[in-house]
Amino acid sequence: MSQPMNQPSPPGDESPTVATAPAGPPPPPTRRTTELWLLAFSAALLSIANILVDANQEAALTSQILYNGAAFLALFAAAHFAVRKWAPYADPLILPFAALLNGLGLVMIHRIDLAMASRLEINPEDAQAAFYGGPLVGRQIMWMVIGVAFFILTLWRIKDHRPLAKYGYTCGLVGLVALALPGIIPFSSIAPTVNGAKIWLRFPGGFSIQPGEFAKILLMIFFASFLVSKRELFTAAGRTFLRMNWPRARDMAPLFVAWGASVGVLVFERDLGTSLLFFGMVLVMLYIATERAAWVVLGLTLFVGGCLVAYQLFGHVRQRIANWMDPFATYDEAGGGYQIVQSLFSLGSGGIFGSGLGSGRPDIVPEPHTDFITVGMGEEMGFVGLSAVLILYLLLVMRGLRSALAVRDSFGKLLAGGLAFTLGLQVFIVVGGVTKLIPSTGITAPFLSYGGSSLLANYILIALLLRISDAARRPAAPPKPKPKQAPIAEAHTEMVARPT
Amino acid sequence: MPELVIQLTRAGFLALLWLFVLAALRVVRSDLYAASGLRASVPNTRRAQPRQPKGAKSPRQLLVTQGALAGTRIALDGRPISIGRADDSTLVLDDDYASTRHARLVLRGSDWYVEDLGSTNGTYLDRAKVTGPTRVPLRAPIRIGKTVIELHS
Repeated sequence: MSQPMNQPSPPGDESPTVATAPAGPPPPPTRRTTELWLLAFSAALLSIANILVDANQEAALTSQILYNGAAFLALFAAAHFAVRKWAPYADPLILPFAALLNGLGLVMIHRIDLAMASRLEINPEDAQAAFYGGPLVGRQIMWMVIGVAFFILTLWRIKDHRPLAKYGYTCGLVGLVALALPGIIPFSSIAPTVNGAKIWLRFPGGFSIQPGEFAKILLMIFFASFLVSKRELFTAAGRTFLRMNWPRARDMAPLFVAWGASVGVLVFERDLGTSLLFFGMVLVMLYIATERAAWVVLGLTLFVGGCLVAYQLFGHVRQRIANWMDPFATYDEAGGGYQIVQSLFSLGSGGIFGSGLGSGRPDIVPEPHTDFITVGMGEEMGFVGLSAVLILYLLLVMRGLRSALAVRDSFGKLLAGGLAFTLGLQVFIVVGGVTKLIPSTGITAPFLSYGGSSLLANYILIALLLRISDAARRPAAPPKPKPKQAPIAEAHTEMVARPT
Repeated sequence: MPELVIQLTRAGFLALLWLFVLAALRVVRSDLYAASGLRASVPNTRRAQPRQPKGAKSPRQLLVTQGALAGTRIALDGRPISIGRADDSTLVLDDDYASTRHARLVLRGSDWYVEDLGSTNGTYLDRAKVTGPTRVPLRAPIRIGKTVIELHS
């Protein structure tokens, strides 16, 4: 069989292929069908996870689980068809990753609901179960549906990412106000302090949002458009010192402003996570725009300086560092190492392969449905399962960065790079925090954690990423033929009606 | 549930989760060879394709090596490539030293030619200023303002 293949084919055979090759390239693959298959796969995976949880928790196995899986698939099929219609060349992996992560989060929250309900049944005065506040999975499903609706809406309304650059300063102003609002409103009825952080806005009717999650996206749009228009300023001028090209002092103003804002968040809202996230985002976007390592060195120096000052001035920062250095020493103190220690015990009891979904005790970790949801997954799915989840995040970030590399305009590059990097940094901060790699900070795991604002903002974020990846992968349109205009000397005289 | 079933389902679920990751990695792999936006050229190991002799490699993609768009690839499919600050250019430059319609790359026979379209600051092919249509060898740098592009096979 291999003999004829190795021989050069006779010229008569080759001519048809040569003749057909230049006839025009085949239409580039959109890979939308791959996306649909992966979505179906994730729906099946989640149904199995749901069955395992219910079976291990000895809840009744009903056909409800299958309906849930079908409803999940239907929801994401709607998102898929929106992508097919409005962003046909978009990346095929981003949406399935978001869907699977969100679904795994739902399964985990459902599992914690069951655990808390059974704890309340045994002891009606269980403080943690009572504080948890009833089954939350229904509300999270509602937020997921709203999130997907916003995803579709974003894809529908924003047909091209480039005009967003025109609204850069508006986005920046709105974002800054949104970020600062919970910190500067003094009334605790509107801006309450929850778990030590003042990052919520409460509206009448028991409805509250975390404006910082949305401010993140708006500020990224601002920084991308600002850096594109002022890029020359940051790259051209400067002097070489210590074998690095340093920017001029007056060009460093935006960095100082960002640093001031993130320190402000730290001081007034007492939110370490958002502060870190915001500063990292600005630093990386500056680095992407200018390719100067000096910015990173400068930024990290500023950050370390800020941390040292904050450590001296604020008790809650000192407490966090002490909990990180030795959580067992502060186990019994209020606000001490209890959370971290519980999380380490939980991960340790999970081991390599985990206890199996529904067989662990993720409910004895504090905040098991928000900040510590990855710990619950680590306990029940083990190192193997948690690393699969982290690889899903890694691939999601990688696809975003790949779109940033491939897109042909600078604004799109910066925005996609910033959006993708922020997602990765957020996962690093939350997972690093709960595994005692870095000091623990209150921040949500994107798509996994319980919380409407975070989910909504992240769906808008991936809609923007899909929009940019669509622009990156879309084949270049053939140039439009110029309308032929007759030279003025050859044009005929025309009768025109006199305007009245 | 019996212990054995728990153990089996536990391992089975993890295997399925990793299967999803592998399926995703397969998609990543097949995309790895595709240039931005255009035809995917996945190397096919099973079928012996009629290949061109080694000496006469024709450029298959355009690669931006320096400037703001560094890293961008555009697959060459025979259509002319226009370069400039105009929005409808194939490669839209965001560079103060580039003109609105700066230069053009066209295919004649099996060679690509670069042509300056009357730009203010000129187009340079490997340090020589381009005055008329000039043949572009493989990997020769074409300089436009701060941007450098090369043709790769």
